[in-house]
Amino acid sequence: MVAMTDIGTASLGDRTRFARRTTVALTVLLAIVSVTSLFVGATGISPFAVVGALLAGEPVDTAARVVILDIRLPRLAMGALVGAALAVAGVVMQGLFRNPLADPGIVGVSAGAGLGAIMAIVLGGLLPPALGAALGYALVPVAAFVGGGISVILLYTVATKNGQTSVATMLLAGIALAALVGALSGVMVYMADDTQLRDLTFWGLGSLAGATWSKLLVAMPLMVLGIVGAPLLARSLDTLALGEVAARHMGIDIQRMKRIAVVIVAASVGAAVAVSGGIGFVGIVVPHLLRLLTGPAHGPLIINSALLGATILLLADMISRVIVAPAELPIGIIMALIGGPFFLWVLLKRRGFAGV
Amino acid sequence: MTFLKALPFAALVLAPSALLAERVVSIGGSVTEIVYALGEGDRLVARDTTSTFPVEAEALPDVGYVRQLSPEGVLSVAPDLILTEAGAGPIETMDLLRDAAIPMVEVAEGYTPEAVALKIATVADALGVPEKGADLAASVQAEIDAARAAIGSERPRVLFVLSLASGRVMAAGADTSAEAIIELAGGVNALDGYEGYKQISDEAVMAAAPDVVLMMDREGDHAAANADLMAHPAFAATPAAQNERIIRMDGLLLLGFGPRLGEAVSQLAADLHPGEG
Repeated sequence: MVAMTDIGTASLGDRTRFARRTTVALTVLLAIVSVTSLFVGATGISPFAVVGALLAGEPVDTAARVVILDIRLPRLAMGALVGAALAVAGVVMQGLFRNPLADPGIVGVSAGAGLGAIMAIVLGGLLPPALGAALGYALVPVAAFVGGGISVILLYTVATKNGQTSVATMLLAGIALAALVGALSGVMVYMADDTQLRDLTFWGLGSLAGATWSKLLVAMPLMVLGIVGAPLLARSLDTLALGEVAARHMGIDIQRMKRIAVVIVAASVGAAVAVSGGIGFVGIVVPHLLRLLTGPAHGPLIINSALLGATILLLADMISRVIVAPAELPIGIIMALIGGPFFLWVLLKRRGFAGV
Repeated sequence: MTFLKALPFAALVLAPSALLAERVVSIGGSVTEIVYALGEGDRLVARDTTSTFPVEAEALPDVGYVRQLSPEGVLSVAPDLILTEAGAGPIETMDLLRDAAIPMVEVAEGYTPEAVALKIATVADALGVPEKGADLAASVQAEIDAARAAIGSERPRVLFVLSLASGRVMAAGADTSAEAIIELAGGVNALDGYEGYKQISDEAVMAAAPDVVLMMDREGDHAAANADLMAHPAFAATPAAQNERIIRMDGLLLLGFGPRLGEAVSQLAADLHPGEG
């Protein structure tokens, strides 16, 4: 609804070239940040020591090997994927709802995932011991993913009639669902004991500290599906910016696009939230910044958002690891603490500049 | 160096590793207290956020909240032994620390004198000082016995109030550490019918009719806080408020179930039975 339709042909050429240059710059930046993140951590162990020993075939110190290969490396992969998945899902949702304020939470994934996680933390002890043992620490992520999936299916079903999905109904039903989920979470909080309450609070603050190879193996395909699938929607989303009727006249199968968009967002955000908890802001701030910089065309916007989302999350995670070392500050706090004022500054600057 | 004397003995007990841990990380308030009570505090290199007693512990690096430990944070202090209370986590961190081949000893939790003796024995064995552990456990048990011997036949009804935030009462039900210490000190938990710490209604407070209200000691003006409590509609009608019987004790001392259990029982018993002993 807001200024996303200004694909002026005159400026398109310039912006496309600028967007391509931005992609190159962001790729280089992500590479630098990724490598740096392998060097940053409470122990001060250098990856050179481990890689060097591995290459030379010498025995590696166990603690050093664990720190580099089992702590920092999966965390790097997880952080990059979560950041990219959240940012890309943000772009898709904003395009679909034609509203720059839409974020992945709008299709109910985050709320549903949150309820799933809370239920797993509070009621996990009631599971048959054999099942509980089999799931182990996968219990909370699995429950979060299932919760996110159920709420998306529910919202999509409510908003779809005669094969047509109304995004406005989806938006409103999302608010109703959020209230319901909030109430159910409240029941869980009431039932929780002190330690469970602490666990709930920490889950909500988000963290990449639990990144392990086994979690990554399960979550990665889902997040990759979202990141790789989203660019396929770019053209349809560009056309949709002109309005649903106009897009339909231009031959876009809107219903099919909506279905794909919802599946992509549910899978990638469901997986991202399941493994990292409540990390907000990436889905709104990253696409918005890039839209200011390189324009609203969805092709470059999706790719650049993935790159910038990954970079920002890795940077925030590095701060989270060392700022209160040897303890760790939840990454959600850092994202909001830096992201909030920064976003506000961008908005103020833009307002002054545009004279609105 | 007290632990040098224990070295030959420890070598026998910890036969597989044979070496005495020199860089110990202690996770959990009562575990840390036990390490210091054993006189082995100088072997600690880090602690968790809940380890706040004795004051020396607070000078150690803090590796985070007991259930939210960061694997690299713990590894960064290069520990050769990790002592944890039950429920330390998350599981991912514990698994990684095990992968890193750091010996780890979990100390089982429990709210009885026997459980405290077991905690002390576990920690003492892990540190290679079982004799000191036996001495400490015996002296803690003797303190508890002495405190309990002085308790008369009266059994006041005690309501443990965990918090009174904005006038809402959060109190201890059955199977809590608060109920355990109240019973050890010769009182009866005024609340039954639910487990754990829960927010309860004002009417439930009146129905519980506590003779004594027990709270944790916090910073601030206690006289004013007590006046607030007695003016609180739920408490005003209770025997506790009418007789102004409000007891405040340090939280870790009261509920820690560590080496200071004897001290806690004796202090609480004296407050619960002022006319006796």
